[in-house]
Amino acid sequence: MTLTVLRLQGITKRFGELTANDDISLDLASGEVLALLGENGAGKSTLMSILFGHYVADAGSIEVFGQSLAPGNPKAALAAGVGMVHQHFTLADNLSVLDNVMLGTEPLWQPFSRRAAARARLLEVAQRFGLPVQPEARIGSLSVGERQRVEILKALYRGARILILDEPTAVLTPQESEALFDTLGQMVAQGLAVIFISHKLAEVLRVSHRIAVLRGGKLVAQARSGEATQEQLAQWMVGHAVDKTVRRPARAVGDVVCALDQVRTSGSGRDRLDDVSLQLRAGEIVAIAGVSGNGQVALAELLSGTRRAVGGTVTLMGRALPPSPAALVLRGVARIPEDRHAVGVIGDLPVWENVVSERLRSPAFSRWSWIRRGAARAHAARVEKAFDVRGAGLQAPARALSGGNMQKLILGRALLSPEQRDGKPRTPRLIVAHQPTWGLDIGAVAYVQQQLIAARNAGAAVLLISDDLDEVLALGDRVAVMHSGKLGEPRAADKWTREAIGLAMAGAKGRAHA
Amino acid sequence: MRLERRHRSSAAALVLAPIGAVAFTMAVSALLVLWAGAPVGRTYALLLSGGFGSVFAWSETLTRAIPLILTGLAATVAFKARLFNIGAEGQLYAGAIAAIAVGGLHGGTGIELSPWLLFPLMMLAAAAAGALLLLGPALMKNKLGVDEVVTTLLFNFIVLLGVGALLDGWMKDPSAMGWPQSVALQSDLELGKLIAQTRVHTGLLWALSLAVMVWAIFKYTVLGFDIRAVGGNARAAAFAGVPVTRTVVLTALLSGALAGLAGAIEVAGRTSYVTLDMSPGYGYSGIVIAMLAGLHPLGVIAAGVFVAGVLVGADTMSRAVGVPTYIADVIVAASLIAVLVATLLTQYRVRFK
Amino acid sequence: MTDLLDIVANPAFWVAVLRIATPLIFGTLGVLLCERAGVLNLGIEGIMVAGAFTGWLAVFAGAPLWIGVGVAALTGMAFGLLHAWLTVGLALSQHVSGLGITLLATALSYFGYRVSFPKVNTPPTVTPFAPMDWLPIPVLNAQTSLTLFALLLVPLIGWLLYRTPLGLALRMVGENPAAAEGQGVSVGKTRTGAIVAGSALMGVAGSFLTLSAFNAFFFNMINGRGWICVALVVFASWRPGKALLGALLFAFFDALQLRLQQSGDALLPYQLYLMLPYLLSILALVLVARKASYPQALMKPYRKGER
Repeated sequence: MTLTVLRLQGITKRFGELTANDDISLDLASGEVLALLGENGAGKSTLMSILFGHYVADAGSIEVFGQSLAPGNPKAALAAGVGMVHQHFTLADNLSVLDNVMLGTEPLWQPFSRRAAARARLLEVAQRFGLPVQPEARIGSLSVGERQRVEILKALYRGARILILDEPTAVLTPQESEALFDTLGQMVAQGLAVIFISHKLAEVLRVSHRIAVLRGGKLVAQARSGEATQEQLAQWMVGHAVDKTVRRPARAVGDVVCALDQVRTSGSGRDRLDDVSLQLRAGEIVAIAGVSGNGQVALAELLSGTRRAVGGTVTLMGRALPPSPAALVLRGVARIPEDRHAVGVIGDLPVWENVVSERLRSPAFSRWSWIRRGAARAHAARVEKAFDVRGAGLQAPARALSGGNMQKLILGRALLSPEQRDGKPRTPRLIVAHQPTWGLDIGAVAYVQQQLIAARNAGAAVLLISDDLDEVLALGDRVAVMHSGKLGEPRAADKWTREAIGLAMAGAKGRAHA
Repeated sequence: MRLERRHRSSAAALVLAPIGAVAFTMAVSALLVLWAGAPVGRTYALLLSGGFGSVFAWSETLTRAIPLILTGLAATVAFKARLFNIGAEGQLYAGAIAAIAVGGLHGGTGIELSPWLLFPLMMLAAAAAGALLLLGPALMKNKLGVDEVVTTLLFNFIVLLGVGALLDGWMKDPSAMGWPQSVALQSDLELGKLIAQTRVHTGLLWALSLAVMVWAIFKYTVLGFDIRAVGGNARAAAFAGVPVTRTVVLTALLSGALAGLAGAIEVAGRTSYVTLDMSPGYGYSGIVIAMLAGLHPLGVIAAGVFVAGVLVGADTMSRAVGVPTYIADVIVAASLIAVLVATLLTQYRVRFK
Repeated sequence: MTDLLDIVANPAFWVAVLRIATPLIFGTLGVLLCERAGVLNLGIEGIMVAGAFTGWLAVFAGAPLWIGVGVAALTGMAFGLLHAWLTVGLALSQHVSGLGITLLATALSYFGYRVSFPKVNTPPTVTPFAPMDWLPIPVLNAQTSLTLFALLLVPLIGWLLYRTPLGLALRMVGENPAAAEGQGVSVGKTRTGAIVAGSALMGVAGSFLTLSAFNAFFFNMINGRGWICVALVVFASWRPGKALLGALLFAFFDALQLRLQQSGDALLPYQLYLMLPYLLSILALVLVARKASYPQALMKPYRKGER
């Protein structure tokens, strides 16, 4: 007999004018995996953060194992048996696995820590659920998959009976994801209940018993996973029938725009380039797959002008790659950085200054160090209009923009160059796009992807680096996999199978073709 | 208590914030007046009239405001780039000593050059002294990640000791009868009076012009953009092609130069000598002034005059009523904290649950 | 060179070293607690002044010496609470808040001193702590019990940080506050507690100067020792044992420069010797800079529940 372990009733939460959760009611039974599906911004993480006590709901109640749960208190949630595996791991790099797991499990005023007993218990729990760890290892030295294991063990160590997993496969290879699904199976077999937050349709259908779909803060549908299809789920997520990104086949591929030849960058570990060679041609999208942390950042930064190569050569249209971002931009390189908040815009400065920030040193916008404010503002207005950047206006600080609008600003800045003397705008020669659709809702994702394809069709060479395997396979004309700083041989997209890519992402070598 | 970000803050709020903060501070400082056993109303009246109540009061206030505006500008330029220059005090003394080194009556006559040449040389030396002093900590921060607050602070002590050594030795004034002061400045290098029969000298024009110049730099030049960009988000600035190290260096040079000029202008306009007590903490007050002005160069003028008025008024008040002059320092320090809180309230709404 | 050996061989030199090191030990441990929890406390210079003043004033008013130390600690805690409210409660700039507190605490102390003693020229004195001559250990028995307290505090704080749940919570809050919050530890309360405790130690550091090393309160008495403690914490890699080492090392050079001033032939101006402590602190910072493993959340304000 299954019992209801969790009951959410009428949960509502507002942030200012935004209603993140609107009167949501949901049940969960023991031994069940419930998937919480929705696009970015639909309210999934907010709902779970309320359950776990990071936020306090404006209305509604929560019952865990029949007992009412005190709001806003992670301690109470933990005591009630709720554990959360956060999307961005909440681990301290400088401390050990055992330290991270033990935190908060002993009374604060106890004059000594019982480490030996804790270590024994950790190892026992790890074995029971098939999640091997080394208690004294420093978190900073662990791989992403290992860190996730620690994150899960934190909850299991405390005897969680309800486990919330927030987008757990975002940072895993396909094989690691499979291992995670096995672990979930073990947990469920031992009577735990799991809430699995995701925006990936195939995964959700595979791993869950029941699916709840959120859209715009409301619970719009629930279904048993055996009874739902991907199309149905997508429609519920977006509210209307979804067009898959249609891609016209690539036209003739042109000359080499950018060539890397045995490039090495400095640093140790995996986040550097180790003897990488690659050719990017006009009219072609080369997509780089791989678990993040294997050198993608180094590659993106190299071609964005913020990192130098210490070995090998990089050429841009036959000449050496210019060393500075400003020079790169003038030579026609468009860059979309991975983290729009931390790197893409300067939050305190107004929108218009952010639009021209890369080109300020060019004659278009400055003369003898004096800024040509009129020309700059005019260009910003053009970008705002052409790329539909909405917000509080050109004068407002850039941090006030929503994620989607900020990304549109960045795209517009990169793709729309100031008018030339003959009045015709130039398309960029090379586009370096690093996780360009991360954190965006479906509409914005489609927009960005269409812009990249349009630029390719207009003759640009596009380098797309993405964690999202679906995006890589959908957009890439050729696909290569990055692992430990090495770049595998690019192949046409239709020549890859998911299994082969997964193995390459994990570092296995020499697999057979599809 | 929770803080919720506001969606927009009005310009009026940004001006009212410092005013509200200061008013709050004065109200709380009334407790100190009571502790000193003086009548609150009369004390504050004397404070205000001592600073602003007569032509003479204004002249003293404006004189005191000159170095304060300059150190305020020094702090503004640096803080705008997130370079926490707490060393303006030392840079001021370095500038003063450099000015005397170039323009002083060493051996009776000093360097014999036309004042048209010597005066700009003297100012350049002062600016360079302050600039170079800040360059070290700025580069240490940029290249090694060493927190510049501690290094600039420590340099203040080092510079003051160095000045002390110079005043005892090479730059000692032979006619001062043991009192530690430097040789005097050549008299034709002194700044003239702006208003006759007062101590207000043309240094005020220097201060005001430099304030306008800094404002123009911030608003209209690429360097100004670079400074604001690096201060706002250094990583994003680097991504956008801003030369971060070069910007930090230029910021340090400009900020240090302004503080160095403060020292030179004090010597040339007010004291004619360098002594160890010529700056009662102008460098530190400059930081408060910069914060009160919201890091706006033109606001620094108003804030500088205000703080000068409080300091001058406190002197007058203290002679009359006996409340120690340190109350001015308390008011200035408490204003800093109050302004921080007030500015926060313009960006966030407080919610009590 | 023989000068140097003469100086170092003299036990009186080592007595001075320990005496100079004591306020540095208290101060550095205080900064260490704050920074381990992720908060920079630049109020130390002012808090030391305030602790020196209030501790001394209490004893001048008739309180026993240890009560004076207690008053100094309470003064530190009060300013610590203000700093905690500004930086933890309101998440304001830790740099500016700390500087504001230094300016405020110093100004209040000087104001209070002048109000209490408007007409004196030589500072009034109190009877300070007596040396511990009942102790059979040389050099140590010339110190006061405050020094012993400082020395014992080092292993105590080490135990606290590394062997208790409270210490783990404190360290976690300085490394990854989100992680702490997710494990049921209140970041706000832990940081506030660390700041208040650390500031209490800073107050005690100040009182050592007026109640043990000297017996009166002077203007400019602290003279940058607070900033030196901030530098020493980086040098000590935020570890209590190394903090003790750093304080002793620094005190060694400070005592040395004092002795050299006296024995030297006035070839170099005395000010150059006095510069040595500050220069050394900067050098220490530069040397350690590259490998400094900061608590990861140091100086990053944490706003709970903000989008």
